[in-house]
Amino acid sequence: MSQDHHHQELGFIQKYIFSVDHKVIGVQYGVTALIFLFLGFCMMMLMRWQLAYPGEEVPILGGLLGSGWLPDFMSAGDVDASTYNTLGAMHGTVMIFLGVVPLGVGAFGNYLVPLQVGAPDMAFPKLNAASYWTYFAGGVVMMLGFFMPGGAANSGWTSYPPLSIFASNGQTVWLVGMVLLITSSLLGSVNIIVTIIQLRAPGLSFFKLPFFVWAQLVTSFILLLAFPPLEAAGVLQLMDRVAGTSFFLPTGLVQSNMPLEIAGGGNSLLWQHLFWFLAHPEVYVLILPAIGIVTEIVVNNTRKPLYGYKTLVYSGIFLGFMSFLVWAHHMFMTGMGETMSDFFQVTTMIISIPSVVVLTVLIITLWGGSIRFNVPMLFAVAFLPMFAIGGLTGLPLGLTASDIYFHDTYYVIGHFHYVVAPGTLFALFAGIYYWYPKVVGRKMSSFWGKIHFWGSLISINLVFFPMLLQGISGLNRRMYDPTFYEHGASIQSLNVIISYAAWALGLVQLIFILNFFLSIKFGKKVGDNPWQATTLEWATPTPPPHGNFLSEPTVYHGPYEYSVPGRTEDYLPQHVQA
Amino acid sequence: MEKLQYGIGLMPDLSTHGHGIDQLIYFLHGFMLLLFVGWGIFLAYTLIRFRARAGHKANYESLKSKLPKYAEVAVVAFEVFLLVGLSMPVWNSYKSDPPDEKEALRVRVVGQQFAWYIHYAGEDKKFGRTDSKLISDFNPLGIDSKDPASEDDFYSLRNFNLPVGKPIIAEITSKDVIHSFGVPVLRVKQDATPGITVPIWFTAKETGEFEIICSQLCGIGHSTMGGKVHVQKPEDFKKWWDEQERPYKKSTASL
Repeated sequence: MSQDHHHQELGFIQKYIFSVDHKVIGVQYGVTALIFLFLGFCMMMLMRWQLAYPGEEVPILGGLLGSGWLPDFMSAGDVDASTYNTLGAMHGTVMIFLGVVPLGVGAFGNYLVPLQVGAPDMAFPKLNAASYWTYFAGGVVMMLGFFMPGGAANSGWTSYPPLSIFASNGQTVWLVGMVLLITSSLLGSVNIIVTIIQLRAPGLSFFKLPFFVWAQLVTSFILLLAFPPLEAAGVLQLMDRVAGTSFFLPTGLVQSNMPLEIAGGGNSLLWQHLFWFLAHPEVYVLILPAIGIVTEIVVNNTRKPLYGYKTLVYSGIFLGFMSFLVWAHHMFMTGMGETMSDFFQVTTMIISIPSVVVLTVLIITLWGGSIRFNVPMLFAVAFLPMFAIGGLTGLPLGLTASDIYFHDTYYVIGHFHYVVAPGTLFALFAGIYYWYPKVVGRKMSSFWGKIHFWGSLISINLVFFPMLLQGISGLNRRMYDPTFYEHGASIQSLNVIISYAAWALGLVQLIFILNFFLSIKFGKKVGDNPWQATTLEWATPTPPPHGNFLSEPTVYHGPYEYSVPGRTEDYLPQHVQA
Repeated sequence: MEKLQYGIGLMPDLSTHGHGIDQLIYFLHGFMLLLFVGWGIFLAYTLIRFRARAGHKANYESLKSKLPKYAEVAVVAFEVFLLVGLSMPVWNSYKSDPPDEKEALRVRVVGQQFAWYIHYAGEDKKFGRTDSKLISDFNPLGIDSKDPASEDDFYSLRNFNLPVGKPIIAEITSKDVIHSFGVPVLRVKQDATPGITVPIWFTAKETGEFEIICSQLCGIGHSTMGGKVHVQKPEDFKKWWDEQERPYKKSTASL
């Protein structure tokens, strides 16, 4: 049943474009997401020019983009306020919804979950393809925003009304794009949940699943439960913009001293509640797959079993559950009462506990191991302190009293980027270097991988650590001219440092891009299990054929049987009877 | 009055309630630093001691020590202390102890794209009725001139004069989109949301001129939506107050 015995050669388009094979879809997701990540990063590198040299024309690009082929975008060759707001909103949207989530869940989840549970494919292969193509359409629609008069969305990735409802039509395009992206995530998450529950190989009980699969399961539940409120909110905002409703518009709005002709009676805070009800759990959608990847790689490279497997699983489930109870800590400055703010700062402190447990489990796993420092391991180990900085800097923001000072400053930017960029993205890089040989049959160059790692580690810290200092010094975020205020002008040198570090980080990524593509042809050829790993994805031929396994695997052991006493090899694969 | 010095580090605190906030921030960062450095040293030591090398083998058995559990419990205990011992009391005493209305100066702070209006109630301490339908370029706050309470009302644009040492109650709202009224030197931040009015209170300890910074993205002019708080000696404030024109005052002739 697990195999397709009468292979039928498919045409190129069916095999690589409109494929229903989870591995092809995973690679499609991965490549598309990497392209969007690079695009989102380019938007930021443009913004960094304005932040370092406010008001000056952008070299080279200013002439190219300023020639007017994008309406209302850098029309005078510099990053003006409207362009800056557009880039800010789109950088956030692209990085999160088109980059990191599709990479962590769409690419890694799709490619690895069926392999790690020993299944021939996803439970619903066609739904899987539909999920990718809806995502693709959502991405294209998002980008079309740049061609709208007035430019793409410019009200922040958070799109707070009434600002977003008064915004130019790029916002309408943004909302349509979001609805498509959310739909895609819902299709994908249902598929992952059913696959994990229904298609596990014989013998593979829940507590023998690799932690990565657990992380995907919790992530998918979060997506499934948190996205529908935002999808509804997105449709309501769309109605406010195009159908004259007032879900988020209160009575008595006045713009430029002219009373607006609206029905009124709505509430702009309602959007914030609906938005953050998704967008906080979304943080765990980003970080859980990352933790899953890091766990796999750390355990494999310490050559010993995971310390506290069940603790880690329960922490993951608890994180997922608690992530639904902290959303209003993004709204402490809206004027909420004490009972509400006390509740949300208590839940926020509680959610930090499982994160501490996760870090403790991973670091204690290292104790007593025999640690190999290959490229995936370097990225995975670096994830630990980076995620720790991200987590710790969440404390001053999660406590209401200190949030009065830090809210909406660069401290917030520093904090969440430490979680998402040197945190999650490093984990995703680790994953790419680790599973690349399974997908391609060749390894990426470790020499260039190490240069990519050290270059990224140094420059990314020079980008985000100074942002924490800017925040402590009171610099506000979302300011297109950081020198307008006296206190901002006094610390402008930090902005110059950050910008150069960001451009250096961009250059280092070119090494990764070259390594990624050139290794397809020139990488070192490897066997089926180059890292001497234990989990089921390494029990397939390389690259895995359609249907994955040559015969259905039976699972005898837990996922991390390394250095089992009395064996000559230091690993015992899950499907091998000892 | 000395000129404020800015640079890397917390902005000066010139409010009476800010001390608790700053104390929490310093405590927190000390704790974070301690945790991160201690933990980082342990990580570095582990990575070096257990690196793969000839003759070294991984241990199948895991660490049996209870130490990590104790460390976790200690972290949790310290978080409880931060929460219950520092953050909640500071925030709750700040939020739940409004100053006596008789003692305080009450103003309305109204945000719009891209400026702040400060509405003073005048000698009667009563704001004239406002209605968004009355808003025009000549009456940006929509104050109803028919309401007798409006007679001594006045407003200022981008400049917020207030007396030192006197509690201020500021009712924050907005006409169009969400702004945020931030005066970091007074440790004040409150979103200005249209349709909602939220009162905040603070007392300035020292005289001087401080920046008002819009702290919520509000459109194309967001980064220049500033203003100045002028904290004045009571006698200077009184002088300024008396000089202000009362635009809604009915001339005695028409009475």
